[in-house]
Amino acid sequence: MTDATTTAAPLAPARRRLSFEWLGVAPFIIFCLMFLLLPTLYLLAGAFIGPDGNFTFDNILGLFTPQIMAAYWISIRIAGASAVIGAVAGLAIALAIIRGRLPAPLRSGIMTFSGVASNFAGVPLAFAFIATLGRLGLVTIIAKTVFDIDIYRAGFNLLSFWGLTLTYLYFQIPLMILIIAPAIDGLKKEWMEAAQILGARPWQFWRYIGLPILWPSFLGTVSLLFANAFGAIATAYGLTGSSLNIVPILLYAQIRGDALQNPGLGAALALGMVVITACANLIYLVISARAERWMK
Amino acid sequence: MASDFLTVAGLTKTYGTTTVVKGVDFSFAKGEFISLLGPSGCGKTTILRMIAGFETPTAGSIKVDGQDITTLKPNQRQLGMVFQAYALFPNLNVGDNIGFGLKIAGVPAEERRARVADMLKLIGLPGYESRYPYEMSGGQQQRVALARAIAPRPRMLLLDEPLSALDAKIRVSLREEIRAIQRELGITTVFVTHDQEEALSISDRIVVMNAGNIEQLGAPHEIYNQPATRFVATFVGHLNNIDAIVTDPAARTVTIGGQPVTVANLPANAVPNAHMVLTVRPEVLAVGAHPASDVTLTGTVADVSFLGSVIRIRVALGENLISLDTFNDQRSAPPLRGEPITISLTSKDLLVLAN
Amino acid sequence: MKQNRFWPWLVFSLGAAYFIVPLVATFEFSLRMRRGYYSFDSYASVFSDPTFQATFSYSVVIGIFAVIAGILIVVPAVYFVRLRLPKLRPFMEFLTLLPLIIPAIILVYGYIRLYNSSSIIPFTGSALGTDVLLIFAYVALALPYTYRAVDTGMRTIDIQTLTEAAQIAGANSAQIIGQIILPNILVAVLSGAFLTFAIVIGEFTIASLLNRPAFGPYLQNIGANRAYEPAALAIISFILTWGAMGMINVLGRFAPRTSARTD
Repeated sequence: MTDATTTAAPLAPARRRLSFEWLGVAPFIIFCLMFLLLPTLYLLAGAFIGPDGNFTFDNILGLFTPQIMAAYWISIRIAGASAVIGAVAGLAIALAIIRGRLPAPLRSGIMTFSGVASNFAGVPLAFAFIATLGRLGLVTIIAKTVFDIDIYRAGFNLLSFWGLTLTYLYFQIPLMILIIAPAIDGLKKEWMEAAQILGARPWQFWRYIGLPILWPSFLGTVSLLFANAFGAIATAYGLTGSSLNIVPILLYAQIRGDALQNPGLGAALALGMVVITACANLIYLVISARAERWMK
Repeated sequence: MASDFLTVAGLTKTYGTTTVVKGVDFSFAKGEFISLLGPSGCGKTTILRMIAGFETPTAGSIKVDGQDITTLKPNQRQLGMVFQAYALFPNLNVGDNIGFGLKIAGVPAEERRARVADMLKLIGLPGYESRYPYEMSGGQQQRVALARAIAPRPRMLLLDEPLSALDAKIRVSLREEIRAIQRELGITTVFVTHDQEEALSISDRIVVMNAGNIEQLGAPHEIYNQPATRFVATFVGHLNNIDAIVTDPAARTVTIGGQPVTVANLPANAVPNAHMVLTVRPEVLAVGAHPASDVTLTGTVADVSFLGSVIRIRVALGENLISLDTFNDQRSAPPLRGEPITISLTSKDLLVLAN
Repeated sequence: MKQNRFWPWLVFSLGAAYFIVPLVATFEFSLRMRRGYYSFDSYASVFSDPTFQATFSYSVVIGIFAVIAGILIVVPAVYFVRLRLPKLRPFMEFLTLLPLIIPAIILVYGYIRLYNSSSIIPFTGSALGTDVLLIFAYVALALPYTYRAVDTGMRTIDIQTLTEAAQIAGANSAQIIGQIILPNILVAVLSGAFLTFAIVIGEFTIASLLNRPAFGPYLQNIGANRAYEPAALAIISFILTWGAMGMINVLGRFAPRTSARTD
C-alpha cells in the first residue's frame, strides 16, 4: 500500500502516483459537482434572492398562499396515502410469497415483475390506468355491463386524488416488495422454530417477534415510498395534464412558462420540495441504520 | 418401565428417493443424557427434528413419558430446544427471551420475573435481564438460549450441535456446564454432535449413527473399548489398521510384517494365506517388551511427534505404519527416527472388526 | 398446516389481479382501434409514425451515450476508491444517493437556471449543448444504479490481486482498468447499462423541460391527442422494460467470480 503522507525527500514518483489516482476519481467528482450539487444549490439559493437581486425571505414567505399551500397539502396527502397503502399491501404480498409456502417459482416471478413494475412509472402507466379505469376503460365497462355499476356516477374519478393514489400504487407496491424482501429473508427460520417449541402459535410468533423485527424496515420504507411519490411528476402529468395541482406540476408550469411570474418563488417551491424529500430520506436512513444493529 | 421415558420405534424419514433415517429404534430412561453422534448427513439432526416436531416421520413413532407425540405440533409437545445458531430473539432482551415460553403459557408477570432471575443465576449470568443478544458473546448467548429452553420446565431437552459455533475453549467449559445443569435438574436430554470427544465426555449413553442407521448404542467406554463395527472404531478415537497374513486358522496365528502373532479372536472361517486387517488402539501399544504382553514386534521408528505429555511414535512394521501413544518419560529422551524399536501388546487387544 | 395456505393465496391473487388487470385492459384497449373487432391497427399506426421512429431512435442514441458516459465516469472512480482511497468511500456513497433524494424536476430546474444561454457554460444555448446536458442528466439519474452495479462487480472479483499481478507484468493504470478490470466486471456493468436504458427510454420530465425530441414527451403528446395509440405505446413500453429487466437477470448468471477474498 502506498503511504498517503507526502512529507520528506524523494517525492517525485510518489506524487505522480498519487495524482494519478485522483485523476481517475476526478471525472466523477467534477460530474457530481456540475450535475448534482451545483445546480441544486444554485437553484435553492435562488429561493433567497428577490427580484431586485438582494437577499430576502420574501420568496419563502410567498409560499404560504392558499394556492401553494393547497398544492403542498395535496402532494403530501397523495404521497402519504400511496406510501402507507403501498407499504401495507407490499408487505402483505411479500410475506405471502416468501413465508406463505407458495410455490418457489412464484417468488422469483414476482420479484422480476416488481423490478419491472417499479420502473414502469410515468406516462405509459398513466395510459394503462386510463385504459383500465378511465371513462371508457375495461373495468369501467365491465362494471357497467356485467354488474350494472356505474363507478363514475358513484363518484369515482380516475383524474382525482384517489385515482392518482391508486395509479401510484402500481410502482409503490413493487418498490416495497423489493425493499422489504431481504428483511423478510433475514427472519431466520430458527426463530420461528424456537418460538414454536416454546409453545407459540404462528400468530403469536408474528405478534411478538416477526412483525416487531420488521417494523423498523417497514417504517423506513414508508418514508422512502413517501419521498418517491412526492417527487414524482410524470405519472401525474400523464394522467391529469396539469389539472391536478400537486407541487411538481406547479413547478413544471413555473419552469415551462413562468406560471408564477416569479422565479424566486419557483425556487422557493423547489426548496420546499427538497426539504420534504430530504427529511423523508433521512428518516429512512436513520431507521435502517438502527435496524441493522439488531440483526448482528 | 423406567427405561422408556423416550421411545423411538421404526423411525424412518424419506425425502423423495433418499432415505435419511432408516427405521431407527431406541429407548432411554428418564434423566439420561443421550448423545446422537455421527458425521454430517448421518441422520442425527433429522431424528432430533422429528422428536421436536419440525419434520414429520415417514414411518415409525415417538413416545415421550408414555404419550405418543408423533403427530403433535411442535408447540404442543412441551419440549425444550437449543439451536446451533443460538436463535435468540433479537428484538427482545435477555429477560424477555428467557421468559418467552412462560409468557406464552400464561404465567403471570411476577412469577415470570422470579423464574427468569433463577435461570440467570443457574447459568451464571445474574442481573443480565436487560441486555440484548447483540451485546453478548457467543458463549453467553448460548447459555441464555439454554435458560430459555428450560425455563418453562419442559419434560425433555433437545440440543442441536449447540457448541459447534463456539470457540474451542468455550466449547469445553460450556459442555461441562450443560452437563452440570442437566444433572442438577434431572432432565432427560438428547444431544446431537459430530464431535466424538464431546459425546464421550458428557453422555450417559451414545447412539453412533452412520448413513441413517444405528451402528452402536452404549455407554462411552463401551463404544470406545469395544467398537462393534469398523465405522465406530474409526469414527470414535484413533485406530491403527494392520495388514496381516493368515498362517494357521486352527492355531489362530497370523504374520505381521513377517513376525508370527497369535490372534485370540480370529474368525473360524479364516483361510490360510489370506490377507486380513487387524485393528488396535494406539494407547494399548507399549514401547519395549513387557511381561504381561504376549505379543512382541520389532520395527523401525518412522516419525516422532512430541506433544508435551504424550509422545506419538509412528513405527514401520514391514508394510504397515502404526501409531502408538506413550507418556513422556522425563528421565529418557524420545526415540530417534530410523532407530529400531520393540513394541508389545496383548493379543486380545487386536480387534477383528466386521466391516 | 394446510389451512394456513389460504391467506397467502388470497393475498397473492388480489395482488396479481391489481397488477395484471391494467395490463390486460391496456392491451385490450389497444386492439380496439378498428370499429367492431380486434386488430393490431394501433400498433401499425404507431410503428409507421415517423415521429415515433424519430423520437425512439433519438432516445436510444441518448441512452447509449448515457451508458458510455456513465461507465467512463463511474468505473475509474470506484476502482481507485476501492484500491487506494478507501476514505473517500462514504462520500462516494453519499453522492450516489443524491439522485434519489433530489427529484428529477429539481435537477432540471437547476440545470436550466445554471446553464442557460447567459451563463458561463451555456449548455442550453444550442441544440447540441442541450443534448449533452440531457445525456449528463440521465447519467445523474442512473448514478445510484450504475454505481451499485459497478461496486458489486468489483467486489466479487478481487481487484487488489488482479492489479498487483498486472502491475508486475508492466501495465499502467489505464491499461489495467481498460483491459483487465473492465472485461471482468462487464456483466455487472451491463446490468447497470440496461437499467440506465430503461430509465432513459421512458423519461419524461427532463426531456420535456429541456425541449428535446425524446420518446417520453412523444408519449405524452400522443396521449393528449390520440385515443388508441397510447395504449399500444404503453404495451410496447412495458415489453421493453420487461426485456431490459430480463436481460439483467440473464446476465446475472454469467457474472465471473475470481477470488475467495470478499470484503
